[in-house]
Amino acid sequence: MSLDVADQIEKRTCITGIGQSEIGRRLYRNPLELTLDACIAAIKDAGLTTKDIDGISSYPGMAPTPAGFSGAHVTEVHDALRLEVGWFGSGIETSGQLGSVINACLAVGAGLANHVLCFRSVWEASAQGDKGRKAAMPGAGHAGEYRASGIMEWTLPFYAPSAAIWIAMFAQRHFHQYGTTREQLAQIALNARRNAALNPAAIYREPMSMDDYFAARIISTPFCLYDCDVPADGATAVIVSRRERATDLRKPLIRVEAVGTALRGRPSWDQFDDLSTMANRDAGAHLWTRTELKPSDVDVAEIYDGFSFLTLSWLEALGFCEVGEGGPFLEGGTRIARDGELPLNTNGGQLSGGRLHGYGFLHEACTQLWHEGGERQIPKPPQVAVAAAGGGNTCGCMLLVRE
Amino acid sequence: MSELPFRILPQITDLNRNFWTSGSDGKLRFLCCNQCGYFVHPPAPICPRDLSKDLSAQPVSGSATVATFTINHQAWMPGIDAPYVVAIVEIDDQPSVRLTTNIVNCAAEDIAIGMKVRVVFEHRPTPADQEDIWIPLFQPATGTS
Repeated sequence: MSLDVADQIEKRTCITGIGQSEIGRRLYRNPLELTLDACIAAIKDAGLTTKDIDGISSYPGMAPTPAGFSGAHVTEVHDALRLEVGWFGSGIETSGQLGSVINACLAVGAGLANHVLCFRSVWEASAQGDKGRKAAMPGAGHAGEYRASGIMEWTLPFYAPSAAIWIAMFAQRHFHQYGTTREQLAQIALNARRNAALNPAAIYREPMSMDDYFAARIISTPFCLYDCDVPADGATAVIVSRRERATDLRKPLIRVEAVGTALRGRPSWDQFDDLSTMANRDAGAHLWTRTELKPSDVDVAEIYDGFSFLTLSWLEALGFCEVGEGGPFLEGGTRIARDGELPLNTNGGQLSGGRLHGYGFLHEACTQLWHEGGERQIPKPPQVAVAAAGGGNTCGCMLLVRE
Repeated sequence: MSELPFRILPQITDLNRNFWTSGSDGKLRFLCCNQCGYFVHPPAPICPRDLSKDLSAQPVSGSATVATFTINHQAWMPGIDAPYVVAIVEIDDQPSVRLTTNIVNCAAEDIAIGMKVRVVFEHRPTPADQEDIWIPLFQPATGTS
């Protein structure tokens, strides 16, 4: 298939700066302040000022979500920084968390803005406080009166309030269909922990062995505790810039080579046509229709691990292995190690680094492409990175090239 | 009523009322297109195949197949006793229609993907100003209720 690059406006856009706030468990800090810390860091990283920012984008925006799921809305950041924007937007109905960055690329490519500030911020750890996840579940504190509606109508009445349960069922189907094992899945968690040990900003950095993994309590089969990411407080921001306005900024250009946004199956967790895969199947395939590059050109992969199985599923969806071969691909863990053929989640992901919800993967992809990884920098200087986020019915991915 | 387990009930609307009250006569029903016979689930005002609005709730056999499941050990909410089984079942009359549900009257270790199951309803009486609800659960097709 020949590509008409003129139609691919993401190629006219670049990532020019990244920023992150303090990250931790139960920081009990004002979430808007955390968000602004990340935003200002990203603006400075690009060599820009707030006067240059003329667009703003975020996920999930002003949507009804559990406590701590969103630390700030677009309107709050817009006003706090007194931005003058040509375009702004936010929302949860998009191609995963990175859908908000992709939307920024579309706005920049279309000429509505030159430098768009994109952010995602969470404070789930503080919101849960010392009460655990129960405190953040739908209906918490309203037993007997609360009624389930929306997509929760079809899961909550069956004691399935958590994505841990929903995604465990996809994993179980994959295990059944392809013979995938817990030992293979464990490599996602063990690899993340090895990389987190070299990342000062990661939350869990002490070594983890296969024995530790198997000794952990089961959450929902086949997932144990270490297959599930850890709620955190923290914010991440990135700047998407129009290529023509980015050439004299601080850093080498990172071109948005391609994005994947498709969702061709039903937008549902349980009505999706193939329960051994999910929306990432469509987003991953879509990405490769928009570039001449191939999966074998990717030097480093930063892939969502809200639950370990999501990463395995994305590896297949992005064509790093055949469908059903995710388990054998992970076997032994050497292929995905920092010195392996596809270094994966080099900052510890969300499993060991904290649930920054999608943007952390894009942040780390840029960190690696700019050779700013410090101790965790992969040995071969990377030129091409993939960042992918989301699961279930909401998935999106980006292919980035350092120029 | 006191022996009924804690369960969050669905918000009943004009669109979903047929589904959640169907079990009153022991039958599972889905919204069905009267033009083409396609079952539409979750319920919607139109048939996605022919865009007809001529829909009505129609009974299915109650037989289904376990497409996948998980044995949940985490106590997500007060009042739920773990472990328990959550499954996605495919309705035999039209396997593209799936339900997330619980498998009951079966030891967790005996459940397998591909297993044949049969609907069984949990009747949830509600306050006088609200409709009773029948929660569709599934048990092994060979079991007795």
